[in-house]
Amino acid sequence: MKDTRIPAGSAAKIDTQSTRARGGVVEKAPTRAAVRKRIPKRWIVPTLYIIFLLLPIYWLFTMSVKTNQEILSTFNLWPDQFTFDNYMVIFTDPSWYRGYINSTIYVVMNTVISVGVALPAAYAFSRYTFLGDKHLFFWLLTNRMAPPAVFALPFFQLYSSVGLFDTHLAVALAHCLFNVPLAVWILEGFMSGVPKEIDETAYIDGYSFPRFFTKIFMPQIASGIGVAAFFCFMFSWVELLLARTLTATEAKPISAIMTRTVSASGMDWGVLAAAGMLTLIPGAIVIYFVRNYIAKGFALGRV
Amino acid sequence: MEKKVNQKAWFFVLPVVLLVAFSALIPLMTVVNYSVQDTFGNNAFFWAGTDWFTDILRSERFHSALWRQFLFSGIILAIEVPLGIAIALAMPRRGLWVPVCLVLMALPLLIPWNVVGTIWQVFARVDIGLLGHTLANLGIDFNYTQDPLDAWITVVVMDVWHWTSLVVLLCYAGLQSIPDAYYQAARIDGASKWAIFRYIQLPKLHRVLLIAVLLRFMDSFMIYTEPFVVTGGGPGSATTFLSIDLVKMAIGQFDLGRAAAFSIIYFLIILLVSWAFYTVMTGKTKESDR
Repeated sequence: MKDTRIPAGSAAKIDTQSTRARGGVVEKAPTRAAVRKRIPKRWIVPTLYIIFLLLPIYWLFTMSVKTNQEILSTFNLWPDQFTFDNYMVIFTDPSWYRGYINSTIYVVMNTVISVGVALPAAYAFSRYTFLGDKHLFFWLLTNRMAPPAVFALPFFQLYSSVGLFDTHLAVALAHCLFNVPLAVWILEGFMSGVPKEIDETAYIDGYSFPRFFTKIFMPQIASGIGVAAFFCFMFSWVELLLARTLTATEAKPISAIMTRTVSASGMDWGVLAAAGMLTLIPGAIVIYFVRNYIAKGFALGRV
Repeated sequence: MEKKVNQKAWFFVLPVVLLVAFSALIPLMTVVNYSVQDTFGNNAFFWAGTDWFTDILRSERFHSALWRQFLFSGIILAIEVPLGIAIALAMPRRGLWVPVCLVLMALPLLIPWNVVGTIWQVFARVDIGLLGHTLANLGIDFNYTQDPLDAWITVVVMDVWHWTSLVVLLCYAGLQSIPDAYYQAARIDGASKWAIFRYIQLPKLHRVLLIAVLLRFMDSFMIYTEPFVVTGGGPGSATTFLSIDLVKMAIGQFDLGRAAAFSIIYFLIILLVSWAFYTVMTGKTKESDR
């Protein structure tokens, strides 16, 4: 990007309040106190928004540590009897915790497959012109636009006929439908940001292509691979319709198992809430690791 | 950057093509196959031509679901995009708390969709939900299982809760890429806040906004799990969007021919509208961008 920085002298002069509040480069020692004073005002909108986001999650949490009786009979913002019984139900019952294992297995499989096949493809798109490349790219993206509901039934029939029904691989492959195009799109954006001279220098230095790709090129786009993996993980983790349609018992995801808390004795709200809370954890962990790249991923993609 | 012509690049693309062909092309062909045939069971199919298509295009049920779907996507875009931009603008550019905020904001994006539905189903319930209970105590008659308007409000607020962060994150990334010098130059010119937004920030945001609008349109148009969990498409069919209707038809009633024709029309509408958004949004700024 072109950096049209103004000389330091004039910058100091125009150092008005609002550039300071933005935390501009020019803001330095003298006005720390003024900055601190202005911070609360700027934070009002984001804070309100975050409260709005957290309220429902908070409610789910308090429900998960209440007894069913307390949930139904009284209305408390904070539980009277703090209990982890609901969580214990999940951790001790294999039919519950198997669901988490199943979900994790197919999500990881999907992420590995998607990024694995997307890497060479994205390289081809970013470096070469070939017959039908633009059409192919667009065709890939159209798959991201395909409603899963359209594919639910055909997938069921396809995977049943090839004997993949109710396996982790079936769900992983089905989720490739929308994750592979996304991974190609994101990686292509990152790869185009790497100068071509690097490739050429490596060839002159006598690197073979696989060695160049793994030793030199992949470290260059490490953050891009991280972002792509994150998005694949995310969209595979949150999808339910296909995952539910393609599994019966062996590979049933946790989110499908959750629906069975409706039993003869009514809803088991506490366990439902606990199961919901536990589904937030993998996402929260993953998001923490990629927090600096999340937004970058799409921003760099070619449109 | 000049790209080399290299037909061998196809070998790099081959795995992706094979994989996506397996998980997209074969199922899509199945759908096309069903859409032009009819069956009396026993796997005996016969040619039905375009009957299913005309049938769907004329059916009242499809029209109302389509109308609801467009209304929903329209409302979603009208709320989420401006709100997302506003929040991204209000976020400080640097600071200790920025990463914390981003992580908290991204949290709803990583919740499985049916859990999102469950969260809101519980949250808005009058008997045990914080929101429903509070509204009831305030004397507002709110019941999303009985009243269509309340059901709509719940579903819309849920979607805003779920997806606005995506717009915020994208816009925030776009704003981060604007050098400070731009703002300083605007200060010298005495530009107003609105002028800064209109002539500096908005043009820079154009690219990420295109992605945000496209993604939000596509995903809201395909929405299935969340409203299904919260309202089940009801009350009546007030929140029966296209996907819910389709799944009902295909898996509930096993009406394959009609569902297949429905699927193809549905898919084509998404493609068409996405393409329209893309052309309008890129066409408008071609001159200013290049």
